[in-house]
Amino acid sequence: MITLHWLYALAGAMFAAFALLSALDKSHSKRFGNATFWGLMALSLLGGDAIGDFGNGLLVLGLAGLAGFGFIGRSHPPTTNDGERQGWSERLGNKLFLPALIIPATALIGTLAYNYTGLGSLGWIEPKRETYVFLGLGVLFALAAIFAWLRPPVTAPLQEGRRLIDAIGWAAVLPQMLASLGVLFAAAGVGDTIGALARMVIPEGSIFATVIVFGLGMALFTIVMGNAFAAFPVMAAAIGVPLLIQGYGGDPAVVGAIGMLAGFCGTLMTPMAANFNLVPAALLELKDQYGVIRAQVATALPLLLINILLIYWLAFR
Amino acid sequence: MNYWPLIGIALVVIGFALKFNPMLVVTVSAVATGLIAGMDSVEVISTFGKAFNDNRIIAIVWIVLPVIGLLERFGLQQRAAAMIRNLKSATTGRLLILYLVYRQITAAIGLHSTAGHPQTVRPLVAPMALAAAEKQHGELTEEEAEKVKAYSAATDNVGLFFGEDIFLAIGSIVLIQQIMAGYGYSLAPLELALWAIPSAIAAFLIHSARLLLFDRKLRRRGQ
Repeated sequence: MITLHWLYALAGAMFAAFALLSALDKSHSKRFGNATFWGLMALSLLGGDAIGDFGNGLLVLGLAGLAGFGFIGRSHPPTTNDGERQGWSERLGNKLFLPALIIPATALIGTLAYNYTGLGSLGWIEPKRETYVFLGLGVLFALAAIFAWLRPPVTAPLQEGRRLIDAIGWAAVLPQMLASLGVLFAAAGVGDTIGALARMVIPEGSIFATVIVFGLGMALFTIVMGNAFAAFPVMAAAIGVPLLIQGYGGDPAVVGAIGMLAGFCGTLMTPMAANFNLVPAALLELKDQYGVIRAQVATALPLLLINILLIYWLAFR
Repeated sequence: MNYWPLIGIALVVIGFALKFNPMLVVTVSAVATGLIAGMDSVEVISTFGKAFNDNRIIAIVWIVLPVIGLLERFGLQQRAAAMIRNLKSATTGRLLILYLVYRQITAAIGLHSTAGHPQTVRPLVAPMALAAAEKQHGELTEEEAEKVKAYSAATDNVGLFFGEDIFLAIGSIVLIQQIMAGYGYSLAPLELALWAIPSAIAAFLIHSARLLLFDRKLRRRGQ
C-alpha cells in the first residue's frame, strides 16, 4: 500500500538534494547554513521515526537556531533572466500552461477516480491520503513531461526548486513548528484558562450576548493559536455546549458548524496561521510580511459579524 | 484560577509584535509553556520533537517547487501575464472573483489540495492579477504591485476556508462531530456541511465586493 511515508521519502530526497546543492554553491555566503537547515529537514522526513522523540526535539532546536540567528539566506542558483523568459514565453505560447496543469489535473482526476470508481476498494493507497499521493504523482508526471518537451539541464528542477525554497526560507518550516507549539499549549492547559476567562465576561440570561462571546472567543482564540481546530474544543466546552446548547436549547449542528467558521475568520487575521498568511507573503516576495493579513482583515471582520448573527438566527429558530 | 499557562501566549504576542524571528519566538514560547506545565527540559524537547514529527504532512506540499521553478525558467509567469493582456474585459477584481469561485467549489467537493499558494497563486494567479492591473492602470508602483499580490493570496485563503467546510470528509467536520459526540449529540456530517453554506455565500459576497472596489480604486488612480 502506498502510504504517506512514500511522500515523506520523496520530499526528504528533495530536501537532501537542496542541502547538497547549497553546500556546493560557492557563490552563496551562507551556503553551509542553508545546507545544514535543509539537511535537517531531509533527516526529519527520511528518518524522523528512527531518531526518537528527543532526537526530533534537538533537530527542531537546530532548525530554530539556524533560522533565528541568521545562518540561512537567499541563494541565486543558475536560472534564466527576464529577457530569456519573455523569449521562451513567446516561442512556446499557451502550451506552456499544459505542464502546469498536470499537477492539479492529476490530483483532481486521481482523487475522483479513486473515490467514485471501484479503484478505491482495491486499497492501494492509505485511506484519506489519496489526494496527496496523486499530488506527488502529478509532480513526477509534470517533471517527465517537461524533460521530454524542453530538455532542461538535468539538475535544473532541483536548482530551480532550491531558488524557490530559499526565497521562502524558514517560513517553509514555521507552520510545522506552530502545530507543535499547539501541542504544548494543550498540555499546559491554556485552553481551560481561556475558556474560564471567556465565561467570566458573559452576562446572565442573554442569549445574544452569549452568542457574541462564543463567536468572538472562537475568533480570538484562533488568532492566538493560529488554528480554529485548537479553539473549537475549548470554546465548545466553555460556552457552546453548556450555555448555548444545554442552557438555551440551541441547535448543536448550527453552533458547531458556524462556530468553527467564526474561528476561520480569526485564521484570516493572525500571523500564527503561518502557512496561510506568512508563507504566501514570502512566496510572493512581499516586502511586508503581514501584507496578506492586511488584505484579509476587511473581509474577516464583517464575515465574523455575519457568522455571529447566523448562529443567533439559525440555532434558535 | 491558574493564569500561568497564558505566559506562552504572551511571549508569542510580544515576539510577533516586536518582529523577532518567529522560529525563535515559537521555540521560546514552547519551552516556557512546557516548563510551566511541570515538564522537565528533556520532556519538553521530546514533546516538541514528537509533535513536529507527527506533523510532517505539512512539509509535503513543497514537492511542487521543482516543477513550478522549472516552468518559471521557461517563462510561465510571463505567459500567464501575456494571456491576460489579450483578454479585453479582464480586470484584477473580475479575475480574482473567478478564482474565488473556482477555489470555493473545488474545496467544497474535497479538492482543497489541488490549488494553493505554491501550486497556483505564485505561478499563475498573482502574475495574471498583476498583468490585469497593469492593463487597467498602466505601470504599477511597488506598493500597488504588493497590494495586487496580497489580494491574490488573500483570495485563495478566503476561497479555501469558506469552501472546504461544505465537504463532508474534511478534518474540521470530523472534529466538530467528534467533540459533539462526546457530549452526547450525534450529528450527521451532511447536517454540518449544509450549515456551512450560508457563511460560504456571505464570504463570497463580501470578498467579491471588496475585489470590485479594489478594481475601482486601481482604475481611478490610473486616470
